[in-house]
Amino acid sequence: MQTALFLLQRLARDKTALFGALLIVGLILVALLAPILATHPADVAEFHPAERLQGPSATHFLGTDRMGSDIYSRLLFGARITIVIALIAVGTSVLIGVPIGLLAGYYRTWFSDLLMRVSDIFLAVPQIVLAIAIAQTLGPSIENVILALSITYWPFWARLVYAETRSALNNTYVEASIALGASPMRVLFLHVLPNISSSIIVRTTIGMGGTILTAAALGFLGLGPPPPTPEWGRTIAESREFLPDAWWYATAPGVAIFLVVMGFNLLGDGLRDILDPRTRRSRQ
Amino acid sequence: MSDRLLAVDDLTVSFSSDAGRVQVLDHVTFAMSRGEIVGLVGESGSGKTTLARAILGILPANAAHIESGGIRFEGEDLLQADPADIATRVRGRTITFVPQDPFTSFNPVFTIGSQIMELMKWKSPLAPPSSGLSRYARTRRKADRVKVIELLKTVQLPDPEAMLAKYPHEVSGGQRQRLMIAMALMTDPKLIIADEPTTALDVTIQAQILKLLRQLTRERGVSVLFTTHDLGAAHEICDRICVLYAGQEVETAPAGRFFAHPSHPYTRSLLDSLPSREHGIRGIRGEIPALVNPPAGCRFHPRCDRATGECSALRPSETAVGDLHTLRCYHPLSQPEPASAAS
Amino acid sequence: MRIIALVLKRLTWFVPTLVGLLLIVFTVSHIIPANPAVVLAGEGATQAQIDAIKEKFGLDQPLPVQFWRYLKSVVSGDFGTSLYTQRPIAEDLLTRVPATLELTLITIVIAALLGIPLGVIAAARRNSFIDHALRFFTVSGLAIASFWLAILFQLLFAMKLGWTPLQGRADSWGPDPVTGFFVIDAIIQGDWDIFSDVVSHLVLPVMTLAFPAMATIVRFTRAGVLDAINSNYVLYEQAMGLPQRVIVWKYVLRNALIGTVTQIGLIFGILLAGAVVVESVFDWPGLGLYAVNSILRSDYNGIMGFTLITGTIFILVNLLVDILHGTIDPRGAG
Repeated sequence: MQTALFLLQRLARDKTALFGALLIVGLILVALLAPILATHPADVAEFHPAERLQGPSATHFLGTDRMGSDIYSRLLFGARITIVIALIAVGTSVLIGVPIGLLAGYYRTWFSDLLMRVSDIFLAVPQIVLAIAIAQTLGPSIENVILALSITYWPFWARLVYAETRSALNNTYVEASIALGASPMRVLFLHVLPNISSSIIVRTTIGMGGTILTAAALGFLGLGPPPPTPEWGRTIAESREFLPDAWWYATAPGVAIFLVVMGFNLLGDGLRDILDPRTRRSRQ
Repeated sequence: MSDRLLAVDDLTVSFSSDAGRVQVLDHVTFAMSRGEIVGLVGESGSGKTTLARAILGILPANAAHIESGGIRFEGEDLLQADPADIATRVRGRTITFVPQDPFTSFNPVFTIGSQIMELMKWKSPLAPPSSGLSRYARTRRKADRVKVIELLKTVQLPDPEAMLAKYPHEVSGGQRQRLMIAMALMTDPKLIIADEPTTALDVTIQAQILKLLRQLTRERGVSVLFTTHDLGAAHEICDRICVLYAGQEVETAPAGRFFAHPSHPYTRSLLDSLPSREHGIRGIRGEIPALVNPPAGCRFHPRCDRATGECSALRPSETAVGDLHTLRCYHPLSQPEPASAAS
Repeated sequence: MRIIALVLKRLTWFVPTLVGLLLIVFTVSHIIPANPAVVLAGEGATQAQIDAIKEKFGLDQPLPVQFWRYLKSVVSGDFGTSLYTQRPIAEDLLTRVPATLELTLITIVIAALLGIPLGVIAAARRNSFIDHALRFFTVSGLAIASFWLAILFQLLFAMKLGWTPLQGRADSWGPDPVTGFFVIDAIIQGDWDIFSDVVSHLVLPVMTLAFPAMATIVRFTRAGVLDAINSNYVLYEQAMGLPQRVIVWKYVLRNALIGTVTQIGLIFGILLAGAVVVESVFDWPGLGLYAVNSILRSDYNGIMGFTLITGTIFILVNLLVDILHGTIDPRGAG
């Protein structure tokens, strides 16, 4: 509780991190309140061909799309998809990667070596390339995007946690508690995990931003949830055939992606500066 | 006063930190003569490294503030002169530097030879004093190289030619410090500032390096300002010793007198803290004060057995108690213990 | 000698990594789909067609046998046949490698030439206006979706201003193919009209890809320079009065660059990933566009072939980066 308070105090002093946190809070609020904030909540699924491709106006703040649906309302509901994909995909990757990294780092048997080699192979290919292959095999849906992202993302955490666990095990007090006969679970969860949690938190925050970008790219390529889902990447892809006339079409979702990803990156940078004294001076 | 080489006068330096301004040097006055080897002795945090860096002019520009005082070197006030001019004309030429840690003070990705020749390119005695040109004439390069090889032999490095082709991580710590000493001598300086030059070395090598430093500077009449927390090392090579405590100089004396007749209570307890056969190991009562909010007056007074009211009111002025022996104390050991000390 | 040992060590890791990559692609293509034959046959295939494919590709065999066959065919350069073009996929992909490499290599060179000096300046003048401006730039570069940026650039520079071509690699056919790299081919041919046409087509895709790459380079260079500036050897160089410009641009930069070089692999990954979407926006006939077209046409073999080729290129680049790092860092690469 006290550490959380300390964290908040430090964050409040870091203006850019605070700005990042505000952007994320904004995203969450928009996602939660989408039905209330939206002017045309039904437009997530409804079409009004007569009103297609209208520019921004008092009724349609951000214009309408090729189906005549209100882009502003669809944007708000798109925030829900973005949050769900990013949270579940990153959460799953953390839940798979962290235990693997911890165990591989602690035991160092042939099996842990194998796990690390496997994660190396995953890391040997750009994430989006593997995600494309998997998402294409599974077919376009929100669940499959999440699955594709999780399968390709856990090795990042396994690698990180493995390296951090190995260095944490070299700490004198961890060595001492092992020498005193503490059980492996006790050592890992009481000593190692708290020690490395700050780098996990930092990477998770920045990873959220990266995952949102990758998910949007999958949506853009047509591998995301199928229409009429108001997914941001797909909306940008749809807009292309109506350029340059319907300039507003791609603008809103692009800005939304930019702000959200920037929010996570800024917050991640700020957390890194606060939690990881080794790199703190990088921004002095 | 023609043999006066360096005079630090009333120097006050503070650092900005998260906790506020920290006064690291508090009106320090200190002088050196030509050819003299002076030890600057103090615990960590006493300000000796700050004083050394202030003389070199390499205090971190954004954090350090020089609040008062002057540093005169050969009659010129280094703090008033143009910093760029000092960098080209004084630093590396008339004042050189031997760093504390020879392991990390070489640039890891250049050969030793290229780093030495870079130094000679800008600083060799053959180079024009205000040279801003990046050209390095072939004839001068040749002459410089001959001198370099000669000096490497002088500091007893085996196979100097091969040494120049090596990378820093390929030579031992002792050899690296010999290289550093050679580099400090290469430009025919008047003053070498050696900042704890042996602290990072094995004990067996420390004595060799100190002997070498003393011998080579004596031969050439070069002064050395030698900072250390090791009284043994100071005893080994110094003509004179100056003790710093929490940013204040407290006592300066010729080495012999310093060990035989210490006059400041802090000097006494510093000497007493050396392990000895009679007393074993004795520490100094209390702790080094935090410099964010240092004790007023003499900063040692909270830990001093002889402290009285005036000690915490005003810092004592400098008084001479013998030849070249000065002191800042109201109650030196040569006087009887003050009656009110117990209070 | 040290370099040779390093190369050998990395090469022994290269082969298992490739086999591992194949295993992953095999898993994705043969195990994840409930019935791969249906996927391979494409939409609307009859049961007879599906059975024929099952037999043709040996999908009725046990999985290890299937993997062994797959391994053999890939090693012999057979990536299968495109379900759309009916041409061998390996051939299709190889003709597209130069286009993607030309795009990514030019981008990496430009991003490094601009990003490294900017990173040094940001570190040398930290907390100045230029440092804050660059921080805003790098944060934006890493947050912007490249496909969106590509569309914005098209909208502004091609559609509104008409300064650059909208898409493609060249008007008409481009230079006579020699290397497949149009810039080089145009120079070989000595035709400067074609050369300027090729370059003008490169501007927008390179700008799009260079933005995140440059942001990464600026960040790493800045952090590396700051580390070096706070080091003991810089303190020593300053104490010995070496000119500040020599300290920063020679001694600090060399140390910081070693850190930046190790990031080239990472940056190349960002570029390959970016190329998939950027090529599709700019209709750039490289690997990425091929992958996107395969997705649109449900050309399953095409996607797996793309994954293999891209993975191999990426592994090769990382191998080269490791060797390069070992060469320029006298302490040897970890």
